[in-house]
Amino acid sequence: MLPLFWLRVALSLYGVGLLYALASFWGGRKVLTRITLPAVGLGMVFHFVSIIENAMFSGTWTPTSMHGLESLLAFVLMVFFFIVYARYRATSPGLAVFPLVFWLTFSASSYASPSEPAAPIFVSLQWIYVHVALILIGYSALFFSFIASILYLIQERNLKSKTGMHGFWSRLPALATIDEIGFKCLIWGFPFMTLGLIAGSILAEARFGTRYFADPKILLSGLMWLVYMVLLYTRWNAGWRGRRAAYLATFAFGAAVLAWAANNFSQTHRFIAP
Amino acid sequence: MNFRVIGVNHNSAPLEVRERLAVPDAQLPDAIRSLVQQPGVDEGMVLSTCNRVEVVASTKQAADLRGFLGSYFGVSPAVLNGHIYEFEQRDAVRHVFRVASSLDSMVVGESQILGQVKEAYAVARGLGAIHSALEALLSRAFAVAKRVRSETAIGSSSVSIASVAVQLAEKIFGSLEDKTVYLVGAGKMAELAARHLIAHGATHVIISNRTHERAVELAESFGGRAVPFDQLHETADHADIILTSTGAAEPLFRVEHGERLRKGRRNRPMFFIDIAVPRNVHPDVNKLDGMFVYDVDDLQAVATDNAGERKKEAERAEKIIELEVDRFASRMKSLAVVPTILSLQEYCETIRQAEIDRIRGKLGTITPEQEAAIEAMTRGIINKLLHTPITTLKSSTDHPEAATIHEMIRRLFNLNTGKPKE
Repeated sequence: MLPLFWLRVALSLYGVGLLYALASFWGGRKVLTRITLPAVGLGMVFHFVSIIENAMFSGTWTPTSMHGLESLLAFVLMVFFFIVYARYRATSPGLAVFPLVFWLTFSASSYASPSEPAAPIFVSLQWIYVHVALILIGYSALFFSFIASILYLIQERNLKSKTGMHGFWSRLPALATIDEIGFKCLIWGFPFMTLGLIAGSILAEARFGTRYFADPKILLSGLMWLVYMVLLYTRWNAGWRGRRAAYLATFAFGAAVLAWAANNFSQTHRFIAP
Repeated sequence: MNFRVIGVNHNSAPLEVRERLAVPDAQLPDAIRSLVQQPGVDEGMVLSTCNRVEVVASTKQAADLRGFLGSYFGVSPAVLNGHIYEFEQRDAVRHVFRVASSLDSMVVGESQILGQVKEAYAVARGLGAIHSALEALLSRAFAVAKRVRSETAIGSSSVSIASVAVQLAEKIFGSLEDKTVYLVGAGKMAELAARHLIAHGATHVIISNRTHERAVELAESFGGRAVPFDQLHETADHADIILTSTGAAEPLFRVEHGERLRKGRRNRPMFFIDIAVPRNVHPDVNKLDGMFVYDVDDLQAVATDNAGERKKEAERAEKIIELEVDRFASRMKSLAVVPTILSLQEYCETIRQAEIDRIRGKLGTITPEQEAAIEAMTRGIINKLLHTPITTLKSSTDHPEAATIHEMIRRLFNLNTGKPKE
C-alpha cells in the first residue's frame, strides 16, 4: 500500500532513536549520539508526508482508525521533543520518547490498510479534529512531564550518591532544567487537555446526548484530568517535586494510558460507528 | 637528627577519623608544646587542615610519635592504626616536599596548602619549637613548592574545591543567576569558594560569622549582607547554596533544620557545601528530598574525576621532588659532618695553644718575629695533619660507610666525651 511507504521510511529512521535510547543503558554510544537527532528529524519529515498523504486518501484530517491516531500521536510527540530540544538543548527526554514513538509508528504502519474510507460518524462530526488535536497535544505534554519527573529522580539520585560525573547519566540536564521542562509541559498541556475534553464533550452531547458520559473512556479521562489538576496544584502551591511529584505524574500518566486504551472497549468512543 | 612525619590525610583516613584528630587554631600552640615535650623530640610542628593532620618532627631514634598522637587526642591505637602513615628520613623529606607542593592534596595543584604549611611553620617557630633541622627542611620545602609551581603547569589548571563546588551547583541549579550564596563562617577557603560562585553568576551573598565584624567586613567586599550568628537559622531559608566552614564541634544544620528549610523554601532544592572539619552539616540532611550535602570528602570524589589531565603535570612535579630530595639529603649529610669538623679543629687548637704556653717559659725572651714563626709552624703542622681527615669527612657524605667513617674519626680524636650532653 502506498500510504504506508513513507510511514515505514519514518519508522526505520525512528529506529535509530530507539537504538540510541537502548544504548544509553549501556553507557551510551558516541556515534549514535551524533546521528540520532538528524535521523529522527528526517524521520519526522517523512512522517509528516505520510500524514498528509493519509489525509488526502481518506478525505479528512481526522484519523479514521486507531492506527491513524497512533501515527498522529507519535508525530505530535516528535514535534514536542524538538520544541523542548530547541528550548533546552536537552536530548534526554528522547530516552523515553523515541521508544514510544517507534512503538506507535510501528503499530500504525504494520497494518495493511490504515485508511479505510471515513466512517460516517467522522464526517458528521465536523469539528472532531479540533478535539483530537487538542487531546493529543495534552497527552504529549503529560507524557513529557512524566518523563521529566523520572529524569528528575534519576538526576537527584545521581547528585545525592556523589559518585561524581560519570558516563551517560552525567549528561542529563541540570536538575533545575529538568524541573522546568516538567513544569512548563504541565502548564502548557493543561489548557489543551481541558479544552480538548470540553470540545469532545460538546460534540458527544450533540451527537449522543448524556448517556455518553457513563462510558469508561470518559470516566477515565475525567480521572486523568483530575490527577492532572492535582499535579498542577501541588506543584504550584507547595512546590512539590522529586519523589512525590513523580508518583503523581506516574499516576496521571497511568490514567492517560488507560483512557487511551479505552478506545478499544468503550461502547461509544471508538472508530466504528455505533 | 631524624626527620619523621606521622599523620592522617584524606586518602588514609575517613572524615570520621580526621574529625577526631583535627586541631582547632586556638589549640595549636598547646599541641606543639606537648609535642616537643615528648622524650626524644627535638623539634616539631603540627599541620592541621581540612584534609590532613600531621606531625613533622626532628627526633632521636626512640621518640614515640604514634603514642603522642594517640594520647594527645585520646584516640585508641586500634582506631588509628589502619589510618595512620609514618615516614622517616628521606621519605619524610619527600612527604613534606610533596605536601607543600600540593602533590598530596585532595585537589592536586591547589594553592591553599602552601599557605597552610607556612602558617603551621610560623606558629611552631613562634613557640621556639623549630630550630636548625626543621628550619632547613621547611625552607627547602617552600623553595621546592615554588619551583614545582613555576616549572610545571600543575597549578594553572587547578581544579580547586571552589570550582568543584561551582560545577556541582550548576548541575543542580543550571544557571547560578539570581541564586543566593550563604557563607556560614568566613574563612579564607569559604571566601575563595564564594568568589568562584559569584564569578559564575551567583547574585546575592549573605554572610554569618561568630565574629560579626569579620562578616561585616567580608559582606562589604562582596556587596552582600551580614547576619548576626544567632540569626543563622531564621535567615538560612533565603539561601540556595549554603557554604559552611565554621569550627563548630557539633553540626550546625541537622535533619530537623533541613526539614524546616525545605518547608520554608517550598521544596526548592538546596545545596550545602560543607568544607568544615568536623562537619557543620549532618550527613543525614542529604537524605531529605531536594537537599544536597557535599562535605570535603565528597568534593574530593568529584575533584578526582577532573584530575586526569593534571596527572601528567603531577608526574613531572614528582620528578622534580625526587631530585630535590636527593639534593636535600646530601646537603643534610654534609651538614651533619660540620660539627665534627669544627670540634676537630677546636680540639687541635686547644692542644696547640697548650703546647705553646708550655714551651714559652723555656724559650725566655723571644722577638715578635720568632713568636710569629712558632705560631705559623704549629698551625702548619695541625692543618697538614687535619687535612686528610677533614677532606675525607666532607667527601665521604655519599659513601655508603659515611656514618662509620664519621663515627671513627670522632672516636679517634675523642670528640664524643668532651661535649656536654644535651
